[in-house]
Amino acid sequence: MLINHPLLGPRDAQEFVYKGDARLLQRPDAMVEDSLERFTDYAYNRDNPAGIHRELWYHEQGDRSWLVVTRNTLTHEIVGVELASEVRL
Amino acid sequence: MKSRRVSSGRISSTPVHFTFDGKSYIGYEGDTLASALLANDQLLLGRSFKYHRPRGLITLGSEEPNALVTLGTGAKQTPNTRATTQELFEGLNAVSQNRFPSLKFDFLSVNDRLSRFLTAGFYYKTFMWPKSFWESVYEPLIRRAAGLGRLSEIEDQDEYDKGFLHCDLLVIGGGEAGLEEALRAAEQGQSVVLCEEGPRLGGMALFESSPIDRIEVLVAKLQGLSNVRIMTRTTVQGAYDHGVYSAVTQNTEHLAKPRENTPRQTLWRIYSGSAVLASGAHERMIAFDNNDRPGIMLSSALRGYLNYYGVLAGESCVVFGSHDDARKTAADLHAAGAKVVWVDTRETHEKIEGVESYTNARVVDTRGRHRLAQVQVEQQGRRFWISCQALGVAGGWNPRVQLTCHQGGRPKWSSEVGGFVPGVNLPPGMRVVGAAAGDGLTGNWKPVWDLSVTGPAFVDQQNDVSVKDIKLAHQEGYVSVEHLKRYTTLGMATDQGKNANALGIGVLSQHSGKSIEDVGTTLFRPPYTPVAIGALAGRSRGKQFKPTRLTPSHAFAEQQGASFVTVGNWLRAAYFPLASEKHWRESVDREALAVRNAVGVCDVTTLGKIDVQGRDAAQFLNLVYANGFLKLPVGKTRYGLMLREDGVVFDDGTAARLSENHFVVTTTTANAVSVYRHMEFVHQCLAPQLDVHLISTTESWAQFAIAGPKSRELLQRIVDLDISNEAFGFMACAETQLLDGTKARLFRISFSGELAYELAVPTRFGNSLMETLLEVGADLGAVPYGTEALGVLRIEKGHAAGNELDGRTTALNLGLNQMVAQSKDSIGRVLASREAMVQSTLRLVGFKSEEQILTGSWLIPQGQPSDQAHALGWVSSACYSPNLGCYIGIGFIEQADQHMNQKVRAVSLLDNIDREVNVVSPHFIDPEGERLRV
Repeated sequence: MLINHPLLGPRDAQEFVYKGDARLLQRPDAMVEDSLERFTDYAYNRDNPAGIHRELWYHEQGDRSWLVVTRNTLTHEIVGVELASEVRL
Repeated sequence: MKSRRVSSGRISSTPVHFTFDGKSYIGYEGDTLASALLANDQLLLGRSFKYHRPRGLITLGSEEPNALVTLGTGAKQTPNTRATTQELFEGLNAVSQNRFPSLKFDFLSVNDRLSRFLTAGFYYKTFMWPKSFWESVYEPLIRRAAGLGRLSEIEDQDEYDKGFLHCDLLVIGGGEAGLEEALRAAEQGQSVVLCEEGPRLGGMALFESSPIDRIEVLVAKLQGLSNVRIMTRTTVQGAYDHGVYSAVTQNTEHLAKPRENTPRQTLWRIYSGSAVLASGAHERMIAFDNNDRPGIMLSSALRGYLNYYGVLAGESCVVFGSHDDARKTAADLHAAGAKVVWVDTRETHEKIEGVESYTNARVVDTRGRHRLAQVQVEQQGRRFWISCQALGVAGGWNPRVQLTCHQGGRPKWSSEVGGFVPGVNLPPGMRVVGAAAGDGLTGNWKPVWDLSVTGPAFVDQQNDVSVKDIKLAHQEGYVSVEHLKRYTTLGMATDQGKNANALGIGVLSQHSGKSIEDVGTTLFRPPYTPVAIGALAGRSRGKQFKPTRLTPSHAFAEQQGASFVTVGNWLRAAYFPLASEKHWRESVDREALAVRNAVGVCDVTTLGKIDVQGRDAAQFLNLVYANGFLKLPVGKTRYGLMLREDGVVFDDGTAARLSENHFVVTTTTANAVSVYRHMEFVHQCLAPQLDVHLISTTESWAQFAIAGPKSRELLQRIVDLDISNEAFGFMACAETQLLDGTKARLFRISFSGELAYELAVPTRFGNSLMETLLEVGADLGAVPYGTEALGVLRIEKGHAAGNELDGRTTALNLGLNQMVAQSKDSIGRVLASREAMVQSTLRLVGFKSEEQILTGSWLIPQGQPSDQAHALGWVSSACYSPNLGCYIGIGFIEQADQHMNQKVRAVSLLDNIDREVNVVSPHFIDPEGERLRV
């Protein structure tokens, strides 16, 4: 697979480390009353869509950017790549 | 001569000498091994997989199921080489396979007589019982009897390489269709890579009698273009996501004496903008009785050997088919002077002057022991035998659709083509042209599948699968074509069903009464042809596969005769034996005692080092570590505990604040990479608003632990800094320099429990620093110590390390729960507060015994059975303590309070050891930590 890195252009997927669902970006507030429930959901529950999936890839053999890659899990088509730091901001 | 050379065809007439089964032969330059053997009337090339039937070649190309030979000897031995693609070279040495003692006289040909018992599922049904016989008796016997070539079992000494190519268009196949596509794209300015499996461009046209001027013009034009890269002897093996293809080039397989340092094969990864599949098509067999004798081949092969290699397979030939392709073969053979009989299943056909022909007729059987002698023809109920030396069969064409399936595409049946053509779901960016798409293959004909009467009529010659096996499988309920494949092994082994699949599906369709569309087809997966494991490995072998990282003081350690241990990729000194020491324990005990009583130096460079800088560096570490970092003063170091988000301990280390916005973090050796990755994740994904920058400096700084009561005295002799206890107290850190001006970092941290420092210098000065420290400290009794003594010292001190931070233990288990600050957010804090974690009574404790304690032992209460249900915990680290004079260990135990100062059993069922140990505090040495602070 090729991942179109927003800064570096198309890079081979071999240069990346895969982490999984990009919902990990939405880390709950740790200092509120129901944080335990929220964190349990955050740490353990994942959707497993057959189709469009937003996921985290780390360009470890490259510039060490964490990327949010929007990928179709059925076709491996990649429809979007963003810097994780910019998705969050 | 029955099979002989009649001209030099399209190759040269330069003689080339080679041997087959020890006998010498002469072929021509440009021959394949198969064509040269055929020219020498050597038709018998191998014995079949299961029944050991005599077999010869049936094809012209890489789809060959039968003509597999072993090339070379010793480490160069290559089994299962297809004689039909192996180019001849001077001195080539081939031997036949799967026969004993010789090709002509093979003991196991008795299997052929037993063939009615050896049907599909025979092994499954027969060798079920007794169970113990499977591994000891049946499997070795079957493996010996059935099979292909053998491996040399010597390490492959050839070199292989990998290469990367980028192009706008990848053209797969150098036949006419591929050449045209390549030229069109190249003339539009596209960069083109053209891969051709064979040594020469031109494809099937080379094998026809008609002139090839057109091909030659195309090739000349392409060769003149700088934006076209033509790669012959290169097989595209797989189609992957996003236009990535793999291909293998055979660089030296055709050379008698390859140039030195030329890799034998190159595995290419080709990044293409788009791709054209112009792989052509190959012919298939018809299933009639005894359709596998040497001398029976595909009609196109019979014709190709004549037209390209100038080899006529027999003075009298029969051509049989349901297709006009047979006509071309009959005409060419006739023109070459052979006596030809044409047998056609169709009602009528256009006759060839001088060729005897039968319409509405079929071949139903053959005779001949080691080669074909007679063919039985049936015409309107009448049967008669025709003597001949060769039979060409035109069973229809199979477009080479393999690569269209690699992304899940399924070929579809085309009744016009009479074969499977590419389906609609092609790999993105791929087009299929020419015969691979079915172009030019349509005609007025009807496929013929099974004409068998009594059998055996082979469908898959490579796996000895016959019509009878398919019928039996169908009878036994294997109706799905995927099940059929697995039950009968149809379409497996080196040719991967290139010959057998379509025919097998046709036969199944004929007997099940289902249409071919309904029977369906199996998919093809990469690789297209077999690929040597060496090519996949490329240069990633041995040290290139797993590089060794050397510590900065490696040269010193080698000079000292250190014994080394592999730690991940690192090679570290385990201990430094003196000449007088006979046992490793003597060295380790001495080193550990020296640290407690004088001073020792250990290379700890392998610990991960991460430089953390930025205005929000402290805030960032405060999030990453469970304990607080906001208030750490400049010039101080703090132990840091890192949790995973699920609350389990991830790693530990130290963070030294060199200035307001600059920290240096250490990680364990094993987690250097994963902690760095995790910290980047926390920064970029969870807290991108923080102004912080990370860089790994593990390899930039050589770092040494200098530990022991005399460590200060030693250090003061080389460091340009006041390191008295008052000026540089416990956990102090500083950027400083050595007396010779070398820049350095000094940390007063201790892993051993003694007064200790860690001193870092730029890596290139590491080895000389080690030498200097020991030279300068000689009068103090300074010794180098290795990882073994390091381990002893930390176990004596009760410090957790990798064995304790095993991904299952929590801060509470480790007795470090006070470190998890509850007043702030940190990774893992919330989930570490889960009930089950908080209520766990598992704690880190120590063990003492007069006898050896084994790491990994289970802790069992006295008088209880030694099983998991009664286990209280485990021993995670253990050693002999020279300072205590007994064996000690640390580990985890449930209800630690109740077991403290009690006896439990440490049981290792693997080592058959069951011993009593005393449960004690894990801090064997200086529990109050006074030594650290003096």
